[in-house]
Amino acid sequence: MNKRLTIAMPKGRIYEEAAELMKRAGYDLGADLEESRKLILEFPEQNIRVMMAKPMDVVTYVEYGAADLGIAGKDVLLEQDRDVYEVLDLKISPCYVAVAGVPDQPLSRIAPKIATKYPKVASDYFREQGEQIEIIPLNGSIELAPLIGLADRIVDIVSTGRTLKENGLVEYEKIADITSRLIVNPVSYRLKNEEIEHMVTNLSDVMEGIK
Amino acid sequence: MVKRLMFEKPLGMRDTLPFFYNQKSKARRQLSEAILSYGYSFMDTPLMEYHDTVGKVSATLDQQLFKLLDQQGHTLVLRPDMTAPIARVAASQLKNGEFPLRLAYDGPVFRAQQAEGGKPAQFEQVGTELIGDHSSYGDAEVIALLVDSLKQTGLDNFVITVGHIGYVKAFFSDLLGDDEETMETLLHYLYRKNYVGFRECVKSLSISGDKKQALLELLSLRGGEEIFEASRSLARNQSCMQAVNELKQLYRLLKVNGVEDYIQFDLNLISHMEYYTGILFEGYAPNLGALLCNGGRYDTLLPSFELNASATGFAVHLERLVEALNDFEDQDERIGIIVDDDSYAKGKRKADEYRKEGRAVLLQHVDQIPDLPAFYSQLANTIDFTQVGGGQDE
Repeated sequence: MNKRLTIAMPKGRIYEEAAELMKRAGYDLGADLEESRKLILEFPEQNIRVMMAKPMDVVTYVEYGAADLGIAGKDVLLEQDRDVYEVLDLKISPCYVAVAGVPDQPLSRIAPKIATKYPKVASDYFREQGEQIEIIPLNGSIELAPLIGLADRIVDIVSTGRTLKENGLVEYEKIADITSRLIVNPVSYRLKNEEIEHMVTNLSDVMEGIK
Repeated sequence: MVKRLMFEKPLGMRDTLPFFYNQKSKARRQLSEAILSYGYSFMDTPLMEYHDTVGKVSATLDQQLFKLLDQQGHTLVLRPDMTAPIARVAASQLKNGEFPLRLAYDGPVFRAQQAEGGKPAQFEQVGTELIGDHSSYGDAEVIALLVDSLKQTGLDNFVITVGHIGYVKAFFSDLLGDDEETMETLLHYLYRKNYVGFRECVKSLSISGDKKQALLELLSLRGGEEIFEASRSLARNQSCMQAVNELKQLYRLLKVNGVEDYIQFDLNLISHMEYYTGILFEGYAPNLGALLCNGGRYDTLLPSFELNASATGFAVHLERLVEALNDFEDQDERIGIIVDDDSYAKGKRKADEYRKEGRAVLLQHVDQIPDLPAFYSQLANTIDFTQVGGGQDE
């Protein structure tokens, strides 16, 4: 056991939960990692290196092998078709992707427009429903779109439903449940097999309540 | 439309500059020497093929094919791999040849990839096909040759992961009976490397707890020869046993070939949803985010060209191999001879002497050199025949 592992951790909302899980699995990343502006941190005693990435980008770093492993939301994995191993459901930051909009408003008969941060997830879903829709990509505050008439519906992450409610929107359909996943680069999975297997086992023991 | 800048080229296309070209040639030569030493013969096929023939049966997804129309309106494809074209030739022009056929190739293949870096749409493959040998000896030869040729290039810290699609399919049908839809779903999860989805799918099945447990244990069938025992105890039907025996036999032969240190087994390895029919493998090297090489046994391709033959082979992604070798420090061995009007004839004679010895010599008129020191520094050795240089011989 001597090969160092590089782990891409998601910055922001998911970080705390992810770091807590890592700690329980025996990888103490320290308390103030998130406050620090550093993007790469070394933990020589645990033989790991942690890089802080935007949650949407974790999968990219792992696919290209810049990181051996990463913690990424299932939403990103669904949206980006990337060649990585999805080895463990970490069951943290649970939420779901849903279709929402203004109450009692049917889809436009001319060309229904869907505003979303997840163009692929949205178009895949509506295609399966047999609906022909047009996508309007947005990067944030998606809830605005149906309120000001930019789109008929939105496809977005819902965790508590508060944002929808406070803006007078309702959920129409749920598309998929989302949790964070442990992902692994396909080459690292082979070449650092032992080290990765060790980490996966530690994390999986935490998940199953053994640790 | 945005006006193109003159240096632009189509998406996914790369130029090969001299430093990279040299290393690529070197690696190609070393691979070829190993392949030739196993008695394989190199051949080539056209860059373009019919979509109806090679395009349809190749292992590459249809949306990744570059398509174009010929003057009669037929859809053509730029060859996405070499295996299908070689199968076409083997089943036609070579069908009366000496079987088993041992064929090899090196050449560019084309795959329309995502609009993203690191995934070129044209790359070079060096590979082999062993056609008409369905034994474990054939599987072992191809893997041993792959290891030997990679070693020949100086690469050493690579790993070849070997799987067996026949085992997985037989295992599923043993546990799931004729529920083909579930089998397909589970295979697809393995193919997509989605173990979370695989586990969830297994848990949701309405089968006995024992069977679920067995399906989940498939995921742990990775490692060295110790997995044979484990896979044997999980496997119950005849086809599973046969696949395990094939793997054991393969491992024994790989040991005879002395390449077992490079081999790992992984019975979850599914490189392709349909293409492979038995032993399959992938190779990985450090500092490469993606596959270095892959291959396996494909028994249904040649029958689609109406030749009833089993086949196996490998392909190495040459540019990735050069990246993995990461050895661009090659000494420039060229000699420069600088001449002026008077010394041109003398310089030419000298240059020819060296050229006969097999050295690379560039003969350059002094007036055309903008920066003399820079010119000197790029070469191993420079001889100045000009008056200014004193007409000195070295």
